[in-house]
Amino acid sequence: MRFEQPKTVNDAVSLLADADGLTRVLAGGTDVLVQLRLGMVEPDLVVDIKAIPGMRDITEENGGFTIGAAVSGAELGEHAKLVAAYPGVVEGMELVGSTQVQGRATLTGNLCNASPAADSVPAMIAADAIATIAGPDGPREVPVADIAIGPGKTSLKKGEIITSFHLPARPANASDAYLRFIPRTEMDIAVASAAVNLTLKEGKVVAAKIVLGAVAPTAVTVPAAADAIIGTALDDASLDAMAKACEAACNPITDKRGTIEFRTKTAGTLAKRAAKIAFARAGGKS
Amino acid sequence: MALDDTKRDFKVIGQRVVRPDGIDKVTGKAQYGADLILPGMLWGAVVRSPHAHAKILKIDASEALKLDGVEAVVTRADFVEQKGDNFADNLDNIMAGKKALYDGHAVAAVAATSQRLANKAAKLVKVEYEILPHVTEVDEAMKADAPVLHEGRKYTGAPAGSGPNVTHYQDYGHGDLDAGFAKADMVIERSFKSEGVHQGYIEPHACVANYNTDGRGETWVCTQGPFMIRDFTAAFNGFNISQVRVTPSEIGGGFGGKAHIFIEPVAAALSKKTGRPVKMAMTRSEVLRATGPTISGHIDVKIGMKKDGTITAGYLGMRAQGGAYPSGTVDMATQAAFAAYDLENVKSEGWNVVTNRPKEAAYRAPGAPLGVWGVESVLDELCQELNLDPMEVRIKNAAKKGTKSSYGPTFDDMGLLTALEAAKAHPHWNAPLDGPNKGRGLSCGFWFNFGGATSVSLQINSDGTASVTEGNPDIGGSRASISMMAAETLGLPFEKVRTIVADTNSIGFNQETNGSRVTFAVGLATIKAAEAAIKVMCGRAAKIWGIDEEAVDWVDGAAVPSGPNAGDFPPMTLAEIAKVAVQTGGPIAGHHEVTADGAGVSFGVHIADVEVDPETGKTTVLRYTAFQDAGKAIHPDYVEGQMQGGAVQGIGWALNEEYIYGADGRLQNDGFLDYRIPVASDLPMIDAVILEIPNPGHPYGVRGVGETGIVPPLAAIGNAVSRATGVRMTKLPMSPPTVLKAIS
Repeated sequence: MRFEQPKTVNDAVSLLADADGLTRVLAGGTDVLVQLRLGMVEPDLVVDIKAIPGMRDITEENGGFTIGAAVSGAELGEHAKLVAAYPGVVEGMELVGSTQVQGRATLTGNLCNASPAADSVPAMIAADAIATIAGPDGPREVPVADIAIGPGKTSLKKGEIITSFHLPARPANASDAYLRFIPRTEMDIAVASAAVNLTLKEGKVVAAKIVLGAVAPTAVTVPAAADAIIGTALDDASLDAMAKACEAACNPITDKRGTIEFRTKTAGTLAKRAAKIAFARAGGKS
Repeated sequence: MALDDTKRDFKVIGQRVVRPDGIDKVTGKAQYGADLILPGMLWGAVVRSPHAHAKILKIDASEALKLDGVEAVVTRADFVEQKGDNFADNLDNIMAGKKALYDGHAVAAVAATSQRLANKAAKLVKVEYEILPHVTEVDEAMKADAPVLHEGRKYTGAPAGSGPNVTHYQDYGHGDLDAGFAKADMVIERSFKSEGVHQGYIEPHACVANYNTDGRGETWVCTQGPFMIRDFTAAFNGFNISQVRVTPSEIGGGFGGKAHIFIEPVAAALSKKTGRPVKMAMTRSEVLRATGPTISGHIDVKIGMKKDGTITAGYLGMRAQGGAYPSGTVDMATQAAFAAYDLENVKSEGWNVVTNRPKEAAYRAPGAPLGVWGVESVLDELCQELNLDPMEVRIKNAAKKGTKSSYGPTFDDMGLLTALEAAKAHPHWNAPLDGPNKGRGLSCGFWFNFGGATSVSLQINSDGTASVTEGNPDIGGSRASISMMAAETLGLPFEKVRTIVADTNSIGFNQETNGSRVTFAVGLATIKAAEAAIKVMCGRAAKIWGIDEEAVDWVDGAAVPSGPNAGDFPPMTLAEIAKVAVQTGGPIAGHHEVTADGAGVSFGVHIADVEVDPETGKTTVLRYTAFQDAGKAIHPDYVEGQMQGGAVQGIGWALNEEYIYGADGRLQNDGFLDYRIPVASDLPMIDAVILEIPNPGHPYGVRGVGETGIVPPLAAIGNAVSRATGVRMTKLPMSPPTVLKAIS
C-alpha cells in the first residue's frame, strides 16, 4: 500500500487520476482506517489531503461560509458564526461518532462514504450546500444532494476530490435543525433521521426544505413535506400533513437496525420535532 | 465458624483503600492478553466456518503454506481426541471435526510471521463444505424433524420421546400446583421470549503460547481460569500437565465468558508444531460469533394469588437453547426463578436443546435473570390487576431463614427481607413519578453463590510485611480485598500486604474465577493461611521467651503472653518476629487448601424509573437503585461497582442487546455498533445500597456479590416499561421497534 500526502490539489488529483488499482482519499480517516483494520478494503494508494493549504479552513464569503474538505466536526462546532447561521448542519456533523472521532471526522468523509444514514448529509442538502470538486478535467460545482448516488457509491469520477463546501448566505429569520433516531444516546448509526431548513416571514414559514436520512438508498428531499408547512406557523394539522408526506417518501429496508414500519413512522416523527426546533431557532412563536 | 468475628470492629475491612492495580491500569502499564511480544514470535489466525451447519469434506492448506512466512497450519487432526462429554465437546467447539455447527466455528488455524500474513493465509485455506439445513430457533430445534446437530448421539437427560436435539430436562418444586391454583383469586399465565446476549467484555480473548516440540512450555493468557486453560491445553495436545505452565494476564472483563477454553490449545498446537511462540488474539467479530453468549429461549409462567397478595402457586417452564453443545444452564434459570419466595406450591421445569449457535458460556448468574424475569413480570401484573402494592406483596411472600426454597435446600441467614425493607424506606421508592409516560418497576433477584477448590499461600517478609499468592485472576478487585483480609487477620495496615495472582506452577489448584467465589473462598483460604502463619509466629515468640506455644496469643499484630501466668513479656510485633525468623527456625509462611463450602445465598432488590417515548418506543432510564446483601462488604467501592456493573449489563439485556440471525443462519450484528451494549450516556448514576447480613459460612461474614446484580434488571425495567405504557412486555429486548409495535 502506497501512502501519499500531497501539498497541492493538483498533485492530489494527479496521484488519484494516474493510479492503477484501488484508491482511497484520506481526510479524517474515521471511516477509511476502520475499513482498513476490518480488512474491508485493501487500497493500493491512500492520498491524505490534510496537508493541502486551505483544506482545514472555514472562510466567510458574502455572508455564506466555505468549509475546507478536511475541517473536523469539532472545528465546525467551535465556529460561533457558523453555528449561529447553520445550527442544524453543525449538529448533524457533531452527532458523528465520539468526542475522539469528532477531532478528525469531516463533512467530506461523511458524504463520500455514501452511507444512507450519514448524519451530516440531510442538513447539508436542506441547506442547499454546494460541493466544489477538483478533477483531471478542472473544477466543477455540484449540489451536495447529487454526490451520493447509492449506498457506498458517489458521482465523483476517477481522480476527483471534493475540496470544499459552500453554505449560502441566509436571510433573517432562517434556521435549521437535524434529529436522528438511535436506540442509544451516542456512538450509534441513525435508524431514521430528518433535517429541516426553513425561513420565516411575519411568523409564518415562507421557504422550507425537508430531507430525510436512513429511509432510502440516499438522503431523500421531500418537497411535499415542505409544501405542507409553507404558509403556516406549524399548527398541528400542517405538521401532521408534513409527517404524512415524509412517511410517503420513505423507501427503507428492514435490517438489524430497524424495520420498514419503524423507520417510516419515526422519520415522520423526527421531521415534526426538527421542524419545531428550526422554527423556534428562526424566531418563530408557536 | 467464628461468626462472632463479624460483630467486632474491623480495622481494615470496610475501608475504601486505594486499589492496588489502579496506577498500572490508568498509565497503560498493565499487561493484558495481547500485550506480550516474544522474540521470534509468530501470529495466528483462525479459519472459521461461514456456514451455520455444514459437513467438512476437505481442508486444503497447500496454497496458504506456499506463502513465504507461513509456518504452520493445524486442523482437528493435530489434536488428541477426547473421551467424556465435557472434554470432547470442548475440543469439538474449539476445532470442528466432521461438521461445522455454527457460523464462526473454527475449522483450521495458521501461524505466520505477521498478523497480516496470517490473515491472508487463513483466507487461502480451502475448506470444502457440504451445506446442511440449520436451526437457530428453540422451538424449531425441538421438533422431531428438525435438522440434527449430533446424529446418533443419545442424551441420557432427555425425556423419552423428545426430538433429536433435546439434550436435557429437569424439574424442581414441592406441593400441589392444582390445589394451589384452585385457592387463588386470580391466576395469570404469560409466555415470554428472550434473545441471545453476550457478556460484552471489552478485552477480546488473547494469548501467547510458547511450547517446544517435546511438549513443554507456557501460555500467557487473558482468562478467568488459568488452571482450566492448563488442563485443556495439556489434554488436547497430549502434554503432561506438569509441563504446562499458564500465567494469567491482567483481564479486561470476563463475566463468566472467560471461564472457557477457545484459542489457547490452538495457539499451543501451532507453537508445538513450529517450536516458536505464537500469539493469537480474537477480533470483536470472532468474539461475538465464536465465544459464548448465554442461553435464551421461551419462558411460560403461571402464578396464582389471593386478593390479599398471598401467592398460592407458581409454575415456570423454560425451553432454552445453549448453542451447539449440551448445556445445563437452564437448570439455574428454573432453580432461581422462584427462589425469592416462600411458596407452598411451586414447580419449575426446563428443557435444553442444541441449535446452530455458538456454545453457551457462563454469563454472570447464568440463567437466573431469565427465570426471575418471567416470575417477577407475572407477579407485577397480578399486583396491577388486584390493585396491590408490589413492594408489600413481595415482603408478604418473601423467603427467609428456614424457608424451604423452591429448588430444595432450606435457607439459612439471608438478606432478602432486609433488602426489601430498605427499598421500601428508600427515598427512591417514595418519590412521586411526575408526568406522563413514566413508570416504576420493582424486582427481586437471587444467586446461589459458590465456593470451590482454592489454594492460597502467604509469606511473612523480613521487614514486617506480608506477600499473598493466589491463583484467581482479579476481575472484581480481589487483590485489594484479599490483601485487606490478610491485613485484618495479621494485624497489619493494608499498605504492608501485597497480593499477586500467580501462574499455575506457583500456587496450588484453583477453580476458575466464577460463581462470585473469589472474595468468599479465596478470602477464607487467605484468612486460614494468615492464621497458619500467626501460629508459626506465636511459636517463635514462645521459643524466644522460653514459654509454651499455647501460652502465646496474637493481638493487634503482635505476639503476647496469654495471661499473667504465662510470663511477663512485652508484645513482640510481627516485624520483630519476622526480622529474626531465619535465626529462630526459618522463613515464616502459611498456606491453605480447601474446597470451600457455605458460600451463602445472595439476594438483591432493584427499583427502576423509566420514561417511554410514545412516538418512538424508546425507553430512557431515569433513576435506578440497587439493594443487595453483601454479607460483609470488604471493600465497599468494589461491592458497589459489582452491583452497578450487574445492573448496567441487565439494563442492556432488557433494552437493546440481542443476537440477530439472518435466514442463512449467520450472525448479522457481530460488532459493538449493532450489538448494542449501553454507553455511559444511556444511564443514570446507579445508586447502590449495600446491606450486611453476615454469611455464617465465612469468618468475616462475606457473601459473593458479583452476580446477583444482573438478575433483577430485566424485570425491574420490564415492569417499569409495562407500567409506563400500560402494555405488558413479554419479549426481550424491549428495543424501540418492539415497544412501538406493542403500544401502537
